[in-house]
Amino acid sequence: MRNLLTIAWRDLRSVFVSPIAYVVLTGFLLLSGWFFFNLLGQFNRLVAQYSMLQGMDTTWLNLNDAVIGPLLQNMSTVLLIVSPMITMRSFAEERSSGTYELLFTSPLSVAEIVGGKFLAGAALVTLMLAITLVFPAVVSVYGNPEMGLIFSGYLGLYLMALSFVAVGNFTSALTSNQIIATITSLVILLLLFVINWPAEGAGETMKAVLNYLSVTEHFRNMVKGVIDTADLLYFASLTSLFLFLTHRAVEAARWK
Amino acid sequence: MPALRFLRLHLPPLSLLPLRSPALRSPSLYSPSPRFLDSHLACAKTVASRRDATFAQEMIDVKNLSKSYGSVTAVSGVSFQAKTGQATGFLGPNGAGNTTTMRIITGFMPATEGTVTVDGFDVFDDSFEVRRRIGYLPETPPLYLEMKVDRYLQHVAKLKGVARKQIRQATERVVSECGLEAVAGRLCGHLSKGYRQRVGLAQALIHEPAVLILDEPTIGLDPAQIIEIRELIKGLTAERTVILSTHILPEVAQICQRVVIINEGRVALETDIADLTSHGSLEQEYLRHVGRDSAQSRGVTGGSGRTSATAAGNAGEGKAVDRARDERGSADA
Repeated sequence: MRNLLTIAWRDLRSVFVSPIAYVVLTGFLLLSGWFFFNLLGQFNRLVAQYSMLQGMDTTWLNLNDAVIGPLLQNMSTVLLIVSPMITMRSFAEERSSGTYELLFTSPLSVAEIVGGKFLAGAALVTLMLAITLVFPAVVSVYGNPEMGLIFSGYLGLYLMALSFVAVGNFTSALTSNQIIATITSLVILLLLFVINWPAEGAGETMKAVLNYLSVTEHFRNMVKGVIDTADLLYFASLTSLFLFLTHRAVEAARWK
Repeated sequence: MPALRFLRLHLPPLSLLPLRSPALRSPSLYSPSPRFLDSHLACAKTVASRRDATFAQEMIDVKNLSKSYGSVTAVSGVSFQAKTGQATGFLGPNGAGNTTTMRIITGFMPATEGTVTVDGFDVFDDSFEVRRRIGYLPETPPLYLEMKVDRYLQHVAKLKGVARKQIRQATERVVSECGLEAVAGRLCGHLSKGYRQRVGLAQALIHEPAVLILDEPTIGLDPAQIIEIRELIKGLTAERTVILSTHILPEVAQICQRVVIINEGRVALETDIADLTSHGSLEQEYLRHVGRDSAQSRGVTGGSGRTSATAAGNAGEGKAVDRARDERGSADA
């Protein structure tokens, strides 16, 4: 455990010593802020328009469904692009700079190394998402959104972010080239996003399988406020699957 | 207390011993010193030298080691031993399998065949025990360029399992041992090649390993730096088992007591330097075992397309001798 934390702490520090952390944080927060600003503006306009009309059902026009929900969806898309850049260095850089030899000639287990790398990425993602909590905070100061919905949506986003980090660690462990790691990770994540597109036209079983594999389906449930164990299990298994694959990839590279 | 001394020889690595252990403070073992660390080190030296005298055992035992990368065989059937208090020089042309052998000994990669034991522990089965006993300086020093030197050394100490309370002491020790005081607060990435090499050496020494494995420690340094690093390594040999690879023949003669020449993945010669110099120079031996073969196999021919075996051999010999002389010259400059 001590070794795991040592590795995680060094990785995290190195991200903050280099410009990477600041660029990633700024970029993510800038885009999220822009989404929030526009969603809020749109919400205001809609409220103004619909308040003039009488007898219309406007229950759908609330802060949760019109602002927080779409905001979380948009943030998930930005996360998809940003998280491979957080994790691209994790193994690839150690390999190309020669510090890989230090790690693997120290009394550390592969699990500790993989865990440490994952923890460092997870910590940065946690910080990133924690800062965005300012958006629901603003909304709840000036309105009264439902807190339960915000909680479940954020939980979904956070679990998704963790699984993205695990995927990124895996692709980084495959190569010493950070660009290849990023692109591979991006491709895997995008595929997980859109894998259920053919579900509509597919047969019953195929449809269920594709929908189950899709990150977006599970995330959508949580944004809607449904915390289903199936969704939690999905994200947990996605994360652990890719951590396991990372472990295997790291081991396999030594046996070549 | 002969019985007690005997027991002490089998204690875990010295860094793991509690510094205030009454046994270690026994005045029969060292001359009293005001500073605890000093006395601790003095004790370490005493124990190590006693160990040499009474138990000149095989610290590293490599048996029949083979390693293939896919269809390419890098090392095949390499066997040799290294004793405590001895430096063994690994000689061989580039690509002969030096680095591969070292990487296997350090546990960085597993062997395809054969066994390596360090201090009686198998590299594969008791990997952690072996890693705790080995300090390794790879060909490129494994530095995190964005870290400061002292922070980096502390980080390595943690990775190597140095007890939390001793990390600062250990760092200070290697900083002064390797002459890094002036750069301790600087970023690794801003250091010159010579200092990077020294930080690499400090990193290898931080957990007071009984075995030091150095992959071309003097490569790319200027003559003054080469001499400094050599002196440093020589000083480290007394209480440790050192294996170092190099292409510089005089370096082996200067630092090492033993030499292993590897060519095309096989041990071509394993002998004591003392024996060697009585029969002929290291250069002659090297060329006898490596120069001709490698020149032949690579089709190296000097001048205008001479292809007969002797001609090729002579050409290779000439070049190698020239290179060796150049290097000696630059080192002595």
